[in-house]
Amino acid sequence: MPTRILHVRNGEAVPAAEVPLLPADDFQGLVADSLTAGARLCAYYGAEPAGEAGAVLLTAVLANDAGGTLGLLSTRPGPSLPSLAAECPATQLFERELAEQYGVLPAGHPWLKPVRFEHRLGGTAGDAFGRTEPWPEIPGDTPFFAVEGEEVHEVAVGPVHAGIIEPGHFRFQCHGEHVFHLEISLGYQHRAAERMLAGGPTARTVGLVESIAGDTAVGHALAHARAAEGLAGVEAPPRAQALRAVALELERLANHVGDLGMLAGDVGYLPTASFCGALRAEFLNALSEICGNRFGRGLVVPGGVRFDLPGAAATRLAARMADAWERVELSVNLFFESPSVRNRTDGTGKVDRATARQLGLVGPAGRACGLLVDARRTHPFGPPAAALEPVTAEDGDVQARALVRFGESARSAAFVVEALRTLPPGPVRAGPAPLRPGRLAVSLVEGWRGEICHAVATGPDGRFARYKVVDPSFHNWMGLQLALRGEQISDFPLCNKSFNLSYCGHDL
Amino acid sequence: MIPYLRTRLRIGHQTIAYPGGPARFPERYRGRPALDPARCGAGCAACAEVCPTEAVLGAGGPDLRIDLGRCTFCGLCQEACPEGAVAFTRDYRLSMRGREELLARGDAPLLARAVDEKARRLFGRSLKLRQVSAAGCNGCEAELNAAGNIQFDLSRFGIQFVASPRHADGLVVTGPISENMRTALRKTWEATPAPRLLVAVGACAISGGPFAGSPVCAGGLDAVAPDLGVPVDLYVPGCPPHPVTVLDGLLRLLGRVEGDQLRLASTGILEAEPTVG
Repeated sequence: MPTRILHVRNGEAVPAAEVPLLPADDFQGLVADSLTAGARLCAYYGAEPAGEAGAVLLTAVLANDAGGTLGLLSTRPGPSLPSLAAECPATQLFERELAEQYGVLPAGHPWLKPVRFEHRLGGTAGDAFGRTEPWPEIPGDTPFFAVEGEEVHEVAVGPVHAGIIEPGHFRFQCHGEHVFHLEISLGYQHRAAERMLAGGPTARTVGLVESIAGDTAVGHALAHARAAEGLAGVEAPPRAQALRAVALELERLANHVGDLGMLAGDVGYLPTASFCGALRAEFLNALSEICGNRFGRGLVVPGGVRFDLPGAAATRLAARMADAWERVELSVNLFFESPSVRNRTDGTGKVDRATARQLGLVGPAGRACGLLVDARRTHPFGPPAAALEPVTAEDGDVQARALVRFGESARSAAFVVEALRTLPPGPVRAGPAPLRPGRLAVSLVEGWRGEICHAVATGPDGRFARYKVVDPSFHNWMGLQLALRGEQISDFPLCNKSFNLSYCGHDL
Repeated sequence: MIPYLRTRLRIGHQTIAYPGGPARFPERYRGRPALDPARCGAGCAACAEVCPTEAVLGAGGPDLRIDLGRCTFCGLCQEACPEGAVAFTRDYRLSMRGREELLARGDAPLLARAVDEKARRLFGRSLKLRQVSAAGCNGCEAELNAAGNIQFDLSRFGIQFVASPRHADGLVVTGPISENMRTALRKTWEATPAPRLLVAVGACAISGGPFAGSPVCAGGLDAVAPDLGVPVDLYVPGCPPHPVTVLDGLLRLLGRVEGDQLRLASTGILEAEPTVG
């Protein structure tokens, strides 16, 4: 029997023609069987094959976490495919995306709606949802899942929210304070990032990937750089890899520490809220010391990093980070030791492990449900020490997500201090090399929210023919919706912050 | 109570010295670029070629300018220039009142003018702002949130971000203004009672930033000015702007910070001895 799934390593580029092209039935059967057997769906996306306007090629990227490999397989679908969403819920949003971007209709999909109210990327048929130009002025104007009954009411929030936060629309079905169901409708942040990346690389490319989600600039830039390096057949020097690993963990620390403070703010526990608001800056400022930007923008580029850190400065920064972490520990321990905080976080916003696995939750949200999902561990690259031991919890509630984020921050802090003290010598950038034509590289990076996936294919001209981005939030928004079931609507901010998902990362 | 007090003592006072004292920045922080077109090689456009957002204008000639409204302060132009004609300084005072004032030339800083006397009387001691992210990447949003924390503490100047446009004296807009947010932005502006201020924060809200030319983004607030019916009152450049840049812009707008004295301090990581200059 010929190979039906091509197994590759994280970041490895393969000739696109080697990805097995299967009949649609076989393709779907293999995807469903693999997911049922424990594989994860990293990406499932469409592309227009070179020189075939209107045609669509579907590719699935299945992660085998135990074996540390990624499985690739493709098919050419007709205008419609039977939906796998009921059997494998992890596919539901990908199927909606394929309908929206390429017009491939998932027949029997339980809740077929647009994902981000974007225009077609390819294919020839009309809009899958029957929209015509000019498009409706209000993007989220679609049916919402509704609960009927005496005194059941609907609460609609957004797109503009109360805080300084990205836009999205939330529709709660409530009875009094009790939430039966939450449906989240996004797309307000859609900027056509994938469309703008296609045809690259250009001078704009790195700036664009850093803006996919600006709070994860290092994570996305690293996923991009690793994919581009695979496609070009170059490797970043060891010192660059170490500095990248430091930057990735600093980004994690800044966001986790900031969010622990925000969680404290949401339950009205002000000491931790105040302290962490300022302590988060220690890690942002550390990124700024390295590259001049608090979000690490401009640091990670294909081939390495743009900025080196002299040995003495690295040592001083290590000492600064060790001291900052001591203060974080003191501040966050206050939060975990306060009974009034525990009263709000214990058992709130629970997602059970089976549901988390079915939905394919990633990052701290998945690890808080007991799933061992951490690309640093299962699909590692770079210096061996960067394969940090994942922190997991069992309860899947707000408390568990907070504990996971605190626990893994401690490991990140220890890693950063050690790595800064022991940076390997040598250059920080490999020479530029052209991308090889007709290749596909899939790059996974464990960002602070979870797994970032960039699947990048080059055309015959060696430029990006398709640039597919899957932000961890794409996997996790459904988790937040389910976490709210049976909760009080007043606990929504708390649940939301415990996930803290990206709107623009989802909307692209 | 004892652990809290111990922690409080260990954390210490967090609020920055600015504007009473110097603002502290890392050595590598990139603020206003200083340009020396006399050094430009004729016909050389190395800086413009590497710029991700077409912010370098007039490269290779006496009319060398950097559009701070497009600039992401990545520093690639400085890296590419063989003659040292572009050098980013640590001057964090970047905000301007007019779009054309954002075209940086030479090495003389331009500083944002204050609003007129009447507006100063209205907003000078209490300014409530509503923030709208219109496809912002959460970079500018994060820095605006930071501007309100105990470190930068906007509220010590009577400036606060509020939950409703009905309570606001103005809007602070981030992001390149996606098609899908255009209506929501217009409605939020309409819900803000006049007199009101309009502030654009970040390269995206000023010019589209990395998303200039996106088929589904307007490319900044100026492009949707007809929706809102007013010009922008303050542009705050950056990608994202540092919280001190946001503070400085708002305080100059209100006439609460005046003069052109620049006081900077270093953090002591890259250079062992902090220097005050």
